Amino acid sequence: MNDKPAFTLSRRGALVGGAAAAAAGAVPIDAGAAPAQPAPPAVPVRFTVNGKARALELDPRVTLLDALREHLELTGSKKGCDHGQCGACTVMVEGKRINSCLTLAVMHDGDDITTIEGLGRPGDLHPMQAAFVKHDGFQCGYCTPGQIMSSIAVLEEIKDGVPSYVTADVAGKPALTGEELRERMSGNICRCAAYSNIIAAIADVAGAKDVA
Amino acid sequence: MKFETPAGTNPIDQRRVIGKPTPRIDGPLKVTGTAPYAFERNDVAPGHAYGVIVGSAVAKGRIARIDTADAERAPGVIAIVTRENAGKLGKAKAHTATMLAGPMVEHYDQAVAIVVAETFEQARDAAKRVRVDYARAKGRYNLAAAKAGAPIAPGDKMKTAVGDFARAFAAAPVTVDATYTTPDQSHTMMEPHATIAAWDGDTVTLWTSNQMIAWAVRDMSETLLIPKEKIRVVSPYIGGGFGGKLWVRSDAVMAALAARAAKRPVKVALARQQVMNNTTHRPATIQRIRLGADKTGKITAIAHQTWSGDLPGGGPETAANQTQLLYAGANRLTETRLAVLDLPEANAMRAPGEAPGMMALEVAMDELAEKLGMDPVRLRVINDTQVDPEKPERPFSDRNLVRCLEEGAQRFGWSRRNPTPGTVRDGRWLVGMGMAAAFRNNMNMKSGARVGVDRKGVVTVATDMTDIGTGSYTIIAQTAAEMMGVPLDKVIVLLGDSRFPASAGSGGQWGGNSSTAGVYAACVDLRRRIAQKLGFDPDRATFADGKVSDGGRSVDLAKAAGDEGISGEDTIEFGRLNDDYAQATFGAHFVEAGVDAHTGEIRVRRMAGVYDAGRILNPVSARSQVIGGMSMGIGAALMEDAVVDPRFGYFVNHDLAEYHVPVHLDVPHQEVVFLDTLDDKTSPMKAKGVGELGLCGAAAAVANAVYNACGVRIRDYPLTLDKVLKGMARV
Repeated sequence: MNDKPAFTLSRRGALVGGAAAAAAGAVPIDAGAAPAQPAPPAVPVRFTVNGKARALELDPRVTLLDALREHLELTGSKKGCDHGQCGACTVMVEGKRINSCLTLAVMHDGDDITTIEGLGRPGDLHPMQAAFVKHDGFQCGYCTPGQIMSSIAVLEEIKDGVPSYVTADVAGKPALTGEELRERMSGNICRCAAYSNIIAAIADVAGAKDVA
Repeated sequence: MKFETPAGTNPIDQRRVIGKPTPRIDGPLKVTGTAPYAFERNDVAPGHAYGVIVGSAVAKGRIARIDTADAERAPGVIAIVTRENAGKLGKAKAHTATMLAGPMVEHYDQAVAIVVAETFEQARDAAKRVRVDYARAKGRYNLAAAKAGAPIAPGDKMKTAVGDFARAFAAAPVTVDATYTTPDQSHTMMEPHATIAAWDGDTVTLWTSNQMIAWAVRDMSETLLIPKEKIRVVSPYIGGGFGGKLWVRSDAVMAALAARAAKRPVKVALARQQVMNNTTHRPATIQRIRLGADKTGKITAIAHQTWSGDLPGGGPETAANQTQLLYAGANRLTETRLAVLDLPEANAMRAPGEAPGMMALEVAMDELAEKLGMDPVRLRVINDTQVDPEKPERPFSDRNLVRCLEEGAQRFGWSRRNPTPGTVRDGRWLVGMGMAAAFRNNMNMKSGARVGVDRKGVVTVATDMTDIGTGSYTIIAQTAAEMMGVPLDKVIVLLGDSRFPASAGSGGQWGGNSSTAGVYAACVDLRRRIAQKLGFDPDRATFADGKVSDGGRSVDLAKAAGDEGISGEDTIEFGRLNDDYAQATFGAHFVEAGVDAHTGEIRVRRMAGVYDAGRILNPVSARSQVIGGMSMGIGAALMEDAVVDPRFGYFVNHDLAEYHVPVHLDVPHQEVVFLDTLDDKTSPMKAKGVGELGLCGAAAAVANAVYNACGVRIRDYPLTLDKVLKGMARV
């Protein structure tokens, strides 16, 4: 069992095989052995979420996403990767979409934030939410709040003339095409792959008939 | 209710609600972010703490010691659980590796500890302070190296033979003999595995994300060594599964242990990076296919041998499944072999068997068509079979593959395809068309439900069935509405709770047909009870427009239920019809792909298909299931590849930036057509599964389109541009 590794262990091996210390503790932990370290001081932060002023005292490591989900119990914004790779946590900050997992809550003092809960409720849906239901633009529903936040932002970005990777003439006005929508939505992964239906929903809201 | 003879006419055939395009009833909750997923159930777990799992840093070996002193002193830490203080644990029969390592480590990122703290940030920080010394052992991580000498896998139909394959293959004037490889793949559902566990005395409740509630209770019982009655599992909303949540994983087991130690509810979610190495994956395969045909294209010899690997005691990827059933041919051979590998546990991912099997078989068919100089659609048509080719006395229950092929070809404009590769150009793009058959077995599973009507005439269905995005809520509501004669908005569906009758659960594309059949059975029981209560003839009573009628008499359903309400319950059980008949689902995929003549970049330009899966209960959600499968096929063809580090035995690209799945720009608009068929041998619903069919064959259709576009035949998935470019240099 104590086979020698095939080659010298790298830094990663050294890290995992670190120095020995005291024996494993009992559970729950007995505070008697060594004094616990103090928690880092909380940082006050104030921002507006869905039109409501919120004040929090947060561990500076708390992401904006976790502030919303764990501290304000606005769980509509989802954690799919916590690394800005999937888009499920997309929210609007100061009118622009961002991955809320990639930014710390304390960086947003004074900001105006909109989450999926700020759009509409069952029985009183935002047009984009209604279009997602109509076109079945989701399946498991986990990426859906992020897809909807991005969908709304994408139409704004096209309207504002913001170019994308597929815009042929970056100095001109981007057209509302299927390719533009798909490229701009590509930061929002849907593993159920309702993509074809999501594009139909966005096109419907935008009043674009021949987008395919 | 026992389903033992083909279904006759029943209330489902009225199709007032069933079969109508119906928006999902859970839609408004999901688009507003108010459908609560497991980690979000703060309402049920006041005062909860957070748990973070520490995974093994080696793939194989023994834990020499675990030093938790620093972690214990870290701010906010409440408890740390390792194998040393977890108490006695069992291993569920359904698990290949244990959910908590110690002293032996069976795979990389296997849980070795959980750290519980007041906040997520504190738990994550303290988890990094747990030091583990390992005595590392040599592991086996390379399938190609482990292939030699791998035995036939345990299980049914792992080796089948009919006629004399070797002789027929040697005598065939046209042959293909090719080996294909498919990589390890990850389910990569959007919601990482998550659980909140809370103990009340000796009873534990798990709010979790799981496809199979009854299995979850069973496996938790076998792991925690407590009776099933002491375990409640709740999972009404699930952020995707694809097979990765068929069995409880370490989040559930470790949350339960952590909550017991902390004496508080504990929330645990796997980090995205843990999903790939801590949980299961679809294993890589090596597949050798030999096809022999006469000059008219009739297959005379067909062999499919497949190899995959798993941990000791694990199971194979049954990639030869479809080859036992899809095409005719008198001389046949299949072999499914299993090597031992020390990678994380290999297990079911969407359409286990057929998904990778069709990636190989349907490219081999394309190669055979080319050698014959025959159209690939035609080749499949002339090799159709209406009986199980290994057992000709066993007919298919209902099989319309030829219609799918011909209708699909016509709709897609297949006749415009130039069979000579590399001849169609659109600017810098080389453009080609490819196709493949779709095939996936149909399985039926015992499924129960309880249905009640209250004094307002509202029908409530309760079953432990799950909706993993499949649309279960809606098709169950449609079934109850049809059976009880009420509009859809008078139906409430409660799912995913082990307090409800045990259902088929979500897996193997059996959930839709089986769970609605269970609701049908419960509704038949409820209708009988209501009729008896009213003094009606149960066989004659009709349920429509919120009324129960018999002869000249008619009573409001609400009134019939009365103040106390009335309920029925039953379980559908399936007899021999799945043995006496081969039951399967069919289709034809068509793809147009572009290959950049300079860079080898591949784009799927058009994708469409025609599918045959019996009664389509809800065309809206069925279409979404199929396009989801087709898109996963694009991923399998072009990008998905969990790369093994052969030194350390783990999947290197363990996040969504490195393990690529299709994004919006990878997927064109997709056309889906369902044949209007009924299969009376499957259930009273006359439906079949549709959740996996769209994936089976889709990747091969992409690969065949790429070949037609640029003339490069790639037999090693995924078709990345380095492989295209290497081939283009030769073309």
